[in-house]
Amino acid sequence: MKLITAIIQPDRLDHVREALIQADITRITVSRVAGHGRQEDIEFYRGQQIAPSLLPKVRLDIAVNDQFVNITVDTIIKAAKHGLGEIGDGKIFITPMEECIRIRTNERGGTAI
Amino acid sequence: MVKKISTSLLLAMAAMMIHGTGWAAEAVTTDTGTTSWMLTSTALVLLMVPGLAMFYGGLVRTKNVIGTMMHSFAAMVVIGVLWPAVGYALSFGPGILGGFVGWEPKYFMLQGIDETIMSTHIPEYVFAMFQGKFAIITPALIAGAFAERVNFKGYLVFIALWSLAVYSPICHWVWAADGFLFNLGPKGAIDFAGGTVVHISSGVTALVAALFLGARRGYPKNVMHPSNLVMTLMGAGLLWVGWFGFNAGSAIASNLDTARALTVTQMAAAAGAFTWMVIEFLHHGKGTSLGVASGILAGLVAITPAAGVVQPAGAFALGAIASIICYLAIMLKGKLGYDDSLDAFGVHGVGGIVGALALTFFIRPSWMAEASAKVAGGWTVWQQLGVQATAVGITVAYAAVVSLLLLFIVEKTIGLRIGENDEMSGLDHSMHGEQGYGLINPN
Repeated sequence: MKLITAIIQPDRLDHVREALIQADITRITVSRVAGHGRQEDIEFYRGQQIAPSLLPKVRLDIAVNDQFVNITVDTIIKAAKHGLGEIGDGKIFITPMEECIRIRTNERGGTAI
Repeated sequence: MVKKISTSLLLAMAAMMIHGTGWAAEAVTTDTGTTSWMLTSTALVLLMVPGLAMFYGGLVRTKNVIGTMMHSFAAMVVIGVLWPAVGYALSFGPGILGGFVGWEPKYFMLQGIDETIMSTHIPEYVFAMFQGKFAIITPALIAGAFAERVNFKGYLVFIALWSLAVYSPICHWVWAADGFLFNLGPKGAIDFAGGTVVHISSGVTALVAALFLGARRGYPKNVMHPSNLVMTLMGAGLLWVGWFGFNAGSAIASNLDTARALTVTQMAAAAGAFTWMVIEFLHHGKGTSLGVASGILAGLVAITPAAGVVQPAGAFALGAIASIICYLAIMLKGKLGYDDSLDAFGVHGVGGIVGALALTFFIRPSWMAEASAKVAGGWTVWQQLGVQATAVGITVAYAAVVSLLLLFIVEKTIGLRIGENDEMSGLDHSMHGEQGYGLINPN
């Protein structure tokens, strides 16, 4: 089991959500967060040195069984990209997940996802 | 010191008055009471526009809140420029083209009214600005029907054309002294504050636009929750407050008529909200905030044409009837499946038609007596209903046909319906490059 955490641009949320549903990945948690990546790249391009400001982002948390990791990641990459890819399109983190429990039934492990 | 200033002020005023009377022997003087109330009303009607922005903005999804509020504010901007330039001349100039529309070259940029005091004892500037606020809010109402899916540039052009080609002619027919609906029957078609001119014209256009542009992506399969009902409630409250200027200002007076209009406006709004709430209790077991807000609007819309002629009991009845019929209309919308996103037709179109027709049965006896005295053989409720139905029918037909034409032209030239990608991203990002609800951002 893996926990996939994706940080994407807010305007791509519906694109990603719909693409995931099309790919049969239907369980998802969405939160609004703020953050920044290597924004100094952009600031340097403008010829000024400023501390990067926090920008609104959307965070997706998706728990999947191992065989679904690739399809999930590929789907997010395809749907979250602006055009051929722009700075700020986001990141995906994959972490091993120890346990998953469905509160209603007390099921544990892969079937609970 | 204070005494000195006031004496000199009085002297100055007296000098001005002498100057005024000497300059034009039969000049009408300004009545300060009436003028004060009309200035207040003018401001109150403008307050309804941000109210509407909040009402509509709260009802759309988070990604469209700026885009939707901008529809109302854009009306303040675009019509705010158009109205003094040509709108006032087109609406309140003497009829041309066989009374189709008004025109008075002197009214271009309001040049000719710099010194005019009207027979209602207010400066014509006040009247022109008061009417300008009505012209602003009317196209903004339409935006509720095609929320979340229109191109901002296309919208700007559409409301400008609509104001010139639909609002001004209908306004001229109903409210100008030589308008043909103003003079239909012994005392004219009754439209006190804009049942036909404002609510039916915008409501019908809203329906046509919703059908022409098609539903939002995913409608009705996906549920689209309001982003902020708190803001919607505040907007509904501002609309209620502003409506006192809208209706009680439409008497262009500060007297008994004003008091009557204000009283029935208050009663109809409350009766509408009350009725809607009761319906929801019976139907769903819970009274919702959106239901109360919708009921307030239904009641206010229905009393708008009627505020000059009905008594309090009639206002209560009109508010209740409007809520029942609007509620049914919105249920029917769900069955028919067209996407009038924020029920601009369901509340303004339907409520306006209900008000304009049903008011006939609640007209105060003295009004009917005056009407009867003007024609041989008397004047009955049914005859007045015929006049009302004519005014409603003409407004519905004209607004529907011309709006469809304008929608077609704008869609083919500038584009009105946005692309799928922009619609998914939301209007805030795709049309304005901004985002609402910025407080979510920690810095």
